[in-house]
Amino acid sequence: MTFTPTELEAEGAAGGEAIGEPASSSPPASGRRLVRTFLRDRVAVACSAYILIVILMAVFAPLLVKLSGYGPLEFDQSAVDSNLGGLPLGWGGGIGADHWFGVEPGNGRDIFARIVYGARVSMTIALLATALTSVLGVVFGLVAGYFGGRIDMVVSRVMEFLMAFPALIFMIAVLSALPAENRQALLVVVISFFGWPYLARIVRGQTMSLKQREFVESAKASGASSAQIIFKEILPNLSSTIIVMTTLAVPGYVGTEAGLSFLGVGVVPPTPSWGQMIASSVPWYAVDPAYFLFPGAFLFLLVLSFTVLGDRIKKIAESGEARS
Amino acid sequence: MIRFLVNRLLGMAVVLFLVCVFTYVIFFVLSPDPAVQICGKNCTPEAIDRIRANLGLDQPFWSQFWTFLTGLFAGRTYGTGANLIDCAAPCLGYSFQSSQPVTEMILQRLPVSATVAIGAAVLWLLAGVSAGLVSAVREGRFTDRFITGLTLTGMSIPNYVLGLSLQFLLVVTLGWLPFPHAVAFGDDPVQWFANFLMPWIVLSIGAAAVYTRLTRANVIETLQENYVRTARAKGLRPGLVWRRHALRPALTPIVTIFGMDFAGLLGGALITETVFGLNGVGKLAADSITKNDQPVIMGVTLLAAFLVVVGNMIVDLLYTTIDPRVRVGSAT
Repeated sequence: MTFTPTELEAEGAAGGEAIGEPASSSPPASGRRLVRTFLRDRVAVACSAYILIVILMAVFAPLLVKLSGYGPLEFDQSAVDSNLGGLPLGWGGGIGADHWFGVEPGNGRDIFARIVYGARVSMTIALLATALTSVLGVVFGLVAGYFGGRIDMVVSRVMEFLMAFPALIFMIAVLSALPAENRQALLVVVISFFGWPYLARIVRGQTMSLKQREFVESAKASGASSAQIIFKEILPNLSSTIIVMTTLAVPGYVGTEAGLSFLGVGVVPPTPSWGQMIASSVPWYAVDPAYFLFPGAFLFLLVLSFTVLGDRIKKIAESGEARS
Repeated sequence: MIRFLVNRLLGMAVVLFLVCVFTYVIFFVLSPDPAVQICGKNCTPEAIDRIRANLGLDQPFWSQFWTFLTGLFAGRTYGTGANLIDCAAPCLGYSFQSSQPVTEMILQRLPVSATVAIGAAVLWLLAGVSAGLVSAVREGRFTDRFITGLTLTGMSIPNYVLGLSLQFLLVVTLGWLPFPHAVAFGDDPVQWFANFLMPWIVLSIGAAAVYTRLTRANVIETLQENYVRTARAKGLRPGLVWRRHALRPALTPIVTIFGMDFAGLLGGALITETVFGLNGVGKLAADSITKNDQPVIMGVTLLAAFLVVVGNMIVDLLYTTIDPRVRVGSAT
């Protein structure tokens, strides 16, 4: 179950725990050194480059499609052989100057255009879900860790409940029961709803240890309010943990969105999404493997890039903390 | 110990109750009227009313929910008079599509899901722990870096992409394996193995990668502990140091997540079963979703939640025997 957010994050969480205490002492001044370490890492740079390409593809989708000549919803019956049940004409699923990545069997929609627009959907949902989970996770984690007592108990119970939940089945169930309008926003909400406890748990733990430190004491003594202490004193010290955890969460969300769309409860057709393209390629993969290969490769490489990148950032953050 | 058990059981009951409420609210408040769906084309208002009364849909929400809950523990009856249908103890209702009892439908599919889940679990434990150990022993060298790279790939490949790729390669192109379908072990063990091999691989790859990384990290961490150094210093044979001092604490956390992961899988490996067309619980859920068959989706959700919660509890209990540092109840 590679695509559930839990596994990746659970592991990230285990690692995050290890960062634990020293996170508080990492000076922000070492940022430039970290960037240099990062740039020397060729794998990390390659991964960032691929992610950048996908983001650019998503942003400039309408432009790219104009260049390639076919929109994501345009049918091209001249590219498929109606005598063979709509199999694309030509080699590799109809790859050529007209259709760069070939066409969909059956209706002849341009795969390049659908990949480009699919990148839009994948990136938007994954990044919005990451943003929402980060906000929820950080706020609840900080509040629970800082105030403790009854508030902590309530938040912790809710987190335990959500983490004990069979999230995937439930996401599917919810999405299938709710109306199909605004599916993209719903996906973000549903994914974040089950995602935030993994970050919140770690933020809570670190907040609990941070609030014992002298600088919090002195802020309290000088009359700072709880909100000031939480957001001005404690939050900045959690930045490296939060960056690591969120980078590690993105691939999970990309995979979850694609998985849900693959199962038919994600992005609604005709809006293209990679997971949905893979699902519709299933009946064709034996005769037209290219139809499956393009979205499959794009999706796999995107998840891989984010995973590797998260892993590297985590290592750099850890080593930076060890040195300081 | 007894207090701990009672606490855990109570906590479990609360979680399961909340899962029930959650699913019930979502299905019976937000989704379209099932009576209209069942009624079909030649529908009259009277027919809809009759179906509503039969299913108890004319009752207010809380009374419907209460009937559902009692149905889970004591069974319930549908309809009145001559049309009385009895639904025995863990009653999850009837499928809107096939009119079969949901409990029976799930029980029928459970063996396939269990086969897939158990096989995958064996595979990922063996592969994950051994690869993790190798990686830890060769820390920093080529083998270690190679395994680490593999785990990142394994974690990243969506299982339907891997499943379809394997199927294309091994079944369509090379013809080495049959297209998976459920064969009973008793009928033909060889075929059984050949048919389930791909689902096992696909389902286990992600977890195997995660377990490799966990094992590696834990073993490396434990080897730096003082007591391991002491054991080495007093001249204990390396093999004994490993077995007695390093492995046990290093592998304990694995047990914890294994219990949860395995319980999660029993509730249906939705995607894997769908990709390979295996008629397990996961496929049942996926099919019910496309048909909007709410009682079945709800039944599977509840089963999955139940298994995860029970799995968690078993792990907690096991933990006290595996890890002597956590003796529950001894402190209080």
